[in-house]
Amino acid sequence: MSDNNLRGVWAIYKFELARFRRTFWTSLVLPVLTTALYFIVFGSAIGSRMGDVGGTSYGAFIVPGLIMLSMFTESISNSSFGIYMPKWTGTIYELLSSPLSAFETVLAYVGAAATKSVIIGIIILATSTFFVEPRVDHPVLMMGMMILIAIAFCLFGFIIGIWAKNFEQLQVIPLLVVYPLTFLGGAFYSINMLPPFWQTLTLFNPVVYLISGFRWTFFGAGDVSIAVSMGALALFLAICLGVIFWMFRTGYRLKS
Amino acid sequence: MSILEISGLAKVYASGTVALSDIDLTIQRGEIFALLGPNGAGKTTMIGIICGLVTPTRGTVIVDGKDFRQSYRKVRRKIGLVPQELHTDAFEKVIDTIRFSRALFGKAANPAFIEELLRDLTLWDKRDAQVQELSGGMKRRLMIAKALSHEPDILFLDEPTAGVDVELRRDMWRMVRRLRERGVTIILTTHYIEEAEEMADRVGVITGGKLILVEEKQVLMRKLGRKRLTLNLDTPLTAIPVELAEWRPELAAEGHELVYEFDARAEKTGVPSLLRRVSDLGIGFSDLNTRQSSLEDIFVELVHNGQTA
Ligand SMILES: Nc1ncnc2c1ncn2[C@@H]1O[C@H](COP(=O)(O)OP(=O)(O)OP(=O)(O)O)[C@@H](O)[C@H]1O
Ligand SMILES: [Mg+2]
Repeated sequence: MSDNNLRGVWAIYKFELARFRRTFWTSLVLPVLTTALYFIVFGSAIGSRMGDVGGTSYGAFIVPGLIMLSMFTESISNSSFGIYMPKWTGTIYELLSSPLSAFETVLAYVGAAATKSVIIGIIILATSTFFVEPRVDHPVLMMGMMILIAIAFCLFGFIIGIWAKNFEQLQVIPLLVVYPLTFLGGAFYSINMLPPFWQTLTLFNPVVYLISGFRWTFFGAGDVSIAVSMGALALFLAICLGVIFWMFRTGYRLKS
Repeated sequence: MSILEISGLAKVYASGTVALSDIDLTIQRGEIFALLGPNGAGKTTMIGIICGLVTPTRGTVIVDGKDFRQSYRKVRRKIGLVPQELHTDAFEKVIDTIRFSRALFGKAANPAFIEELLRDLTLWDKRDAQVQELSGGMKRRLMIAKALSHEPDILFLDEPTAGVDVELRRDMWRMVRRLRERGVTIILTTHYIEEAEEMADRVGVITGGKLILVEEKQVLMRKLGRKRLTLNLDTPLTAIPVELAEWRPELAAEGHELVYEFDARAEKTGVPSLLRRVSDLGIGFSDLNTRQSSLEDIFVELVHNGQTA
């Protein structure tokens, strides 16, 4: 018999989803409302004065970026909160004393947070159909990428949750780093629209590759090639996993 | 047969605090072991290491023949922990948190067992309440229920009766005895000597991160116990007569009692000679009694010596 504790993983997964269910309506209404507002402002008001981007109407063009923007923030906040809360209340003692491996712990927390992110991503996609004509060239790849990006950002959030010593630190990375990078990462424009200098600079923004890749699954075209996007996603996943592995091995901010 | 073997266990915290230095301890299967020590002695640290909350600086722990690092899954399935502080969720229902704890330790659901557990801890009526609605004493019982939810062989109780009223404390003692009857090994820490005295089969005294003594409670009390002889005098004395000075007795109860403390282990306790001298002096007494000193006296003496040594 292989040694594992899937029951424990399932227990945490269910517990975390129950936590989400308690705030279901707010977490549902918020992305729908944000999406609607973005469509009204960018899609209709401004978008009507913008030409097509690479053969796609501007309204449709921003759909993948909008999904990414919400998913990044949701993934990070849900996942970081999920592991930070037990640290804060002290109930983490039970997790640390349980027969759960590091991998299983991550699987449970990140799995639950990623599930919620994907649900939100799908809801935003569905909302967008009220405003623009949906077009997804590679639906399977789109779903695959959505799931992998959710996992990557949930892993990132998990790291922040372990690292954070207070609520302020919990907020600071998503607000000060991820949000600007996403905004400047081509969520609402193609980087081809930028002057050459800014185009080059933007390539140092890792979020560009993720948004570009996700947009590729919609329209078959992106700012960078899909292979590069995939590579960037794989690298991001690998780095997060590496950091988490190190955190568990050393007990960083988990054990004294 | 031993169920827990600790050897060379040491912990230096990142702050530089030496919390434990070279602890060796063996716990027998099915016993109740009380770890007694003042604040900051290292009790919680020791339990934390065994349960996986604290990384030891050195040393090994073997639980039921298994190394606590290599076989951490097997080891942790056997252990239940009730930490010193109250750490609970807020919004979950009582029964849900117990089910969660059981599943977290990899055990299949068992409603009948959970019901019995909650009834034992008089939490059954509160099963559908939110945890935040419980009183402090109830929360502590909830934490015990969580620790027992996966039917552990070893239970760690870190100051189980801190902040608990007398009645609940007695309830808890009863529960601990019931658990022992079922074969559960119990390791508890306490500041209350009466608790160790009441419950434990063996007592370990820890201070300054060192285990300075491990002894059967009975042996400990016999071996280290000093006794007190009290004579109830017919007529009160105002001062100790010089003829009695060599015994160094004391007066108590406003001169109505003559108290003599002696070492019960000594060959010459001094009791017969003192009594002879008292009657020679014509000091009348209506009653006399001797009392074994409590663990508390022993404890204070030990810790005091340990600190000055
Ligand atoms: N996380 C920590 N970081 C640094 N020092 C710590 C930490 N936890 C405990 N200590 C120190 O280690 C020593 C032992 O503490 P510990 O909590 O094990 O004592 P204790 O015997 O449980 O005390 P008490 O009876 O007050 O609960 C103390 O000096 C304490 O200040
Ligand atoms: Mg303690």
